[in-house]
Amino acid sequence: MSLCHFYPSLVIKFFRVCVCVCVELKMAASSERSPPPFPDSEEPELLEDSDEGADAFTGTSISEMDSPSPDSTRPPKDIFNEPPEDIFSDPLSNINSEPQKKVDAKIPSPSSDEAVDLFSDPLDDDSEVMSSPEVQNPMPDLLNEPVEAPKSDVLGEPPVHRDAARQQDVFEDPPKSSSKSSSVKKAASSEMFGDDDDDEDLFKEPPKVVTKKPQPSGPPVDVFTEVKSDVKVKPQVKDDPTDLFAEEALTAPAPKPSAGSSSSRTNGVHSEEQDLFSEATVELSLDSPRNDRKNKDAVKPSVSAPAAPVASSSSKAPSKTLKELEEEESEDKFDLNISITNPEKVGDGMNAYMAYKVSTQTSLTMFRSKTFTVRRRFSDFLGLFEKLSEKHSQNGYLIPPPPEKSILGMTKVKVGKEDPSSAEFVERRRAALERYLQRVVSHPSLLQDPDVREFLEKEELPRAVSTQALSGAGFLKMLNKATDAVSKMTIKMNEQDVWFDEKIQDVENEEQHLRKLHVMVESLVNHRKELSGNTAVFAKSVAMLGSSEDNTALSRALSQLAEVEDRIEQLHQEQASNDFFTFSELLADYIRLLGAVRGCFDQRMKAWQRWQDAENMLQKKREAEAKLLWANKPDKLQQAKDEITEWEAKVTQYEREFERISATVRKEVIRFDKEKARDFNRQVIKYLESLLHSQQQLIKYWDAFLPEAKAIV
Amino acid sequence: QAAWSSEGFGSHWVRSVSVDLNNDASLVIDIPDALCERDKVKFTVHTKTTLSSFQKPEFSVPRQHEEFIWLHDTIVETEEYAGLIIPPAPPKPDFEGPREKMHKLGEGESSMTKEEYAKMKQELEAEYLAVFKKTVQVHEVFLQRFSSHPIFRKDRNFQIFLEYDQDLSVRRKNAKEMFGGFFKNMVKSADEVLISGVKEVDEFFEQEKTFLLDYSSKIKDATAKAEKMTRSHKNVADDYNHISGALNSTAADNNTAFKKHLEKYAEVFEKLRKLEDRVASDQELKLTELLRYYTRDIQAAKDLLYRRARALADNENSNKALDKARLKGKDIAQAEENQKQCLQKFDKLSESGKKELTSFKARRVVAFRKNLIEMTELEIKHAKVRRLKCCVYHYMFTRQCSGSHGKPGNLREF
Repeated sequence: MSLCHFYPSLVIKFFRVCVCVCVELKMAASSERSPPPFPDSEEPELLEDSDEGADAFTGTSISEMDSPSPDSTRPPKDIFNEPPEDIFSDPLSNINSEPQKKVDAKIPSPSSDEAVDLFSDPLDDDSEVMSSPEVQNPMPDLLNEPVEAPKSDVLGEPPVHRDAARQQDVFEDPPKSSSKSSSVKKAASSEMFGDDDDDEDLFKEPPKVVTKKPQPSGPPVDVFTEVKSDVKVKPQVKDDPTDLFAEEALTAPAPKPSAGSSSSRTNGVHSEEQDLFSEATVELSLDSPRNDRKNKDAVKPSVSAPAAPVASSSSKAPSKTLKELEEEESEDKFDLNISITNPEKVGDGMNAYMAYKVSTQTSLTMFRSKTFTVRRRFSDFLGLFEKLSEKHSQNGYLIPPPPEKSILGMTKVKVGKEDPSSAEFVERRRAALERYLQRVVSHPSLLQDPDVREFLEKEELPRAVSTQALSGAGFLKMLNKATDAVSKMTIKMNEQDVWFDEKIQDVENEEQHLRKLHVMVESLVNHRKELSGNTAVFAKSVAMLGSSEDNTALSRALSQLAEVEDRIEQLHQEQASNDFFTFSELLADYIRLLGAVRGCFDQRMKAWQRWQDAENMLQKKREAEAKLLWANKPDKLQQAKDEITEWEAKVTQYEREFERISATVRKEVIRFDKEKARDFNRQVIKYLESLLHSQQQLIKYWDAFLPEAKAIV
Repeated sequence: QAAWSSEGFGSHWVRSVSVDLNNDASLVIDIPDALCERDKVKFTVHTKTTLSSFQKPEFSVPRQHEEFIWLHDTIVETEEYAGLIIPPAPPKPDFEGPREKMHKLGEGESSMTKEEYAKMKQELEAEYLAVFKKTVQVHEVFLQRFSSHPIFRKDRNFQIFLEYDQDLSVRRKNAKEMFGGFFKNMVKSADEVLISGVKEVDEFFEQEKTFLLDYSSKIKDATAKAEKMTRSHKNVADDYNHISGALNSTAADNNTAFKKHLEKYAEVFEKLRKLEDRVASDQELKLTELLRYYTRDIQAAKDLLYRRARALADNENSNKALDKARLKGKDIAQAEENQKQCLQKFDKLSESGKKELTSFKARRVVAFRKNLIEMTELEIKHAKVRRLKCCVYHYMFTRQCSGSHGKPGNLREF
């Protein structure tokens, strides 16, 4: 198939493309022409990229934003342009050093989202603001109140707080009994980040929102103008309206008057009008009650997402006890931090091994002291796993698997002295062991195990002997055996429980997917390393070109470019290791963990098998008894009857055991799912942070280079 | 087709190689349109002019790549232009990359999901469009170099090329001619070695020669390295794409609330793919293409130096021949005539060569400046967009994270 078949009439009208450019240019016209060519240039881009870029801020195209209110014909520009600059470019660089600034940085969008919160929160429990039936009105109230009447306890500005908190509560922990202070804390945190589930919906739904809106231009415009005028009337207090709110927040008896909350107040009306504009615009797109409901539906699952496995699974197999267990578990938050540091080579030659410092920090009373450290070697970790598996796996517990033994890697460490690859190996293993141990102790039942405590606390541990069998390959073999057994049994086992039936399938699928994903991430790591290498080579080449260049300024610019590329090479390298440590390793962990999950299913299978065998045996015994009756042999009848009683007891016992293990496994799997979601989220956040850092650096480098390029004459 | 423009390439539709057009409106050429047929690309060459040598003020003709090559070759062969840097011929349209992908797409059609297929197709279209645009652009620049040159713009063949609305009936070079061309190159290289022994009389050219030789090898190297770098950048973008796809299929088989997360992650990587892809293609357009063009342009400048060196050698030989003739006392007039001609030619070449090389230098510096600035601005822009994306997603996920645990997000780390 040639290209031309694929594009039957491949007349590419270039003017069409040009028209496109024109449109984009028009959209960005105002800023495009502004003199400083660079700093502003981000803004048009945001527009250009509106297919994706703009969705950060309500996502709708400008025309959609315009339609509801004529006043907002200009604002879109501001909404799209200014806040991003505000939020992301400037304060971000300070974030690391000043946590408070950080809060500020987040402002514009959260604030606009708060507005959304009000509207979208359908469970308008007891807060006055929310109880008003007109969904459109709360907004002005909210914004006016702090200015006019800073009287009410939580109401001045905190309604927002409370709403956020409430919403949080509603979605997150169904038992609203949670103490007020904790909910406020949550509020604070959610405040800082505004409400992004609404964001999400905005991302997805803006077109619908716009079309479905029944009376788009009525109250929203009011809101908008009111808000605006309000700010304009009041500023006598201080020239910046921001302060108004800031003060309010400070005077208001906010339950948590931390720097964070007060500065997030300022966010509410962030210096200029544009935020008001953006607020207004966001409202506009959400003001219909129907949408609220829609929003609610959409919001709910995503807010409770990480915790939701419970909900979704329990919907299939409703069981109260399960939920209760779930809550219990999430409530006992144990304070236990474990870190593994200082990997150290002990001994020489092939007998050498790595020892790691395992430090624990805890307030749990089960430990003798609050902080303690021990030194452990790799085989100790494997030994711990063995002990735990021996004791707990038949009960259906999910024992986190330790990292695999790597003879190759370790041999390198033993032989090589200061090889970078062996340093990487050691770091990789250290991190893996740390994650392993953290997983062990975060398991409420495993934490109670004396062996775990001993592992963490006891100075000297008897040398683990049988770990040799658990080398990487051996471990995998073991897992595979387990799976084989499972698959064989699945055929026999007539699964009564739909939940398990589906879950087993899901776990298998997921494992396959994660394997594929892992391969791809590995490829990303490799390609990034390659890119890093090629960038370094290019940098050298450009430096050479610069040295040959006879135009002084150009020569200088080229050698600067070479320097920039050199730095970028470093960035790529760092990013490659981030790809690996935050992402690839996560997947590797979960592939192993999914194997362990299958092991749990396997244990349950075994229990079932035992029960069935007993059942069969009982059947046989009964038949035998019947035969004896028939044959009229009373002498043996008593013995047969005894046996039946014995087997009946066994059946009951095995059945109970099976049920128990089923419950445990189910609980374990739910817990696993939850942990998994949390882990992934955490790692993705970390990954994004690393990317963010890279971009930050890139901007810095190129910003510094730009004058050099401009200096070429 | 609408999909292509929405891919965002439209926004980068900027000339990658600067041509100093002197803002002369008397002869304006562009290629507004092109048509791809099998291996051939037909360009519509559109001319707007006030020059009286043309019959109409505005006209368009269809031209193929081969006709561009014909134009280049006729100009090269015109003795008169020996003292000028002849604009390098545009490279042959190369659709190998997208074609290969096309093949893959066709092969994998059955094994792909609908979304994957659509995504691949979209990607392919974007890539195809990018190559296509680059091709059009490089042909356009070729013509603009002629139109902006005070001498070339008056060339008869050039004007025919622009005006004649029929096929120029240029055929592709046959094997013999190809070999001939190859042979000619061999002779030229050998000749270059031979005449390199001739003593340079003008320091300017001596310097230019050393500079261009050195520069040419450096820029060639830099081009190759830049190409490699962009390619690996593309690979990274591809990996993002695969990761996104894998996440999506993981999500498809997931029945828990985690599904939503996975979809979001897939979205993140999809965005990253797009952005990374743009970084790579902008780098390609702004940097690699610039280096590529100047590799060719420097070759053209070197060719000029060669022609002048040849004339210098001829001049010297004619001097010797004249001396010999005088010594022997025969054919003096003929030798004198010959010597005079050679000297004249050499002087003319030297004079125009000097001018050309000086303007070449200025042109190069301008082009580098322009492209480096544009590239830097694009890099900054892309980095900012990516940063924004990361921020948005970070915020979103942190929110989810804190939402589910009642802990404030990873504020400290951030």
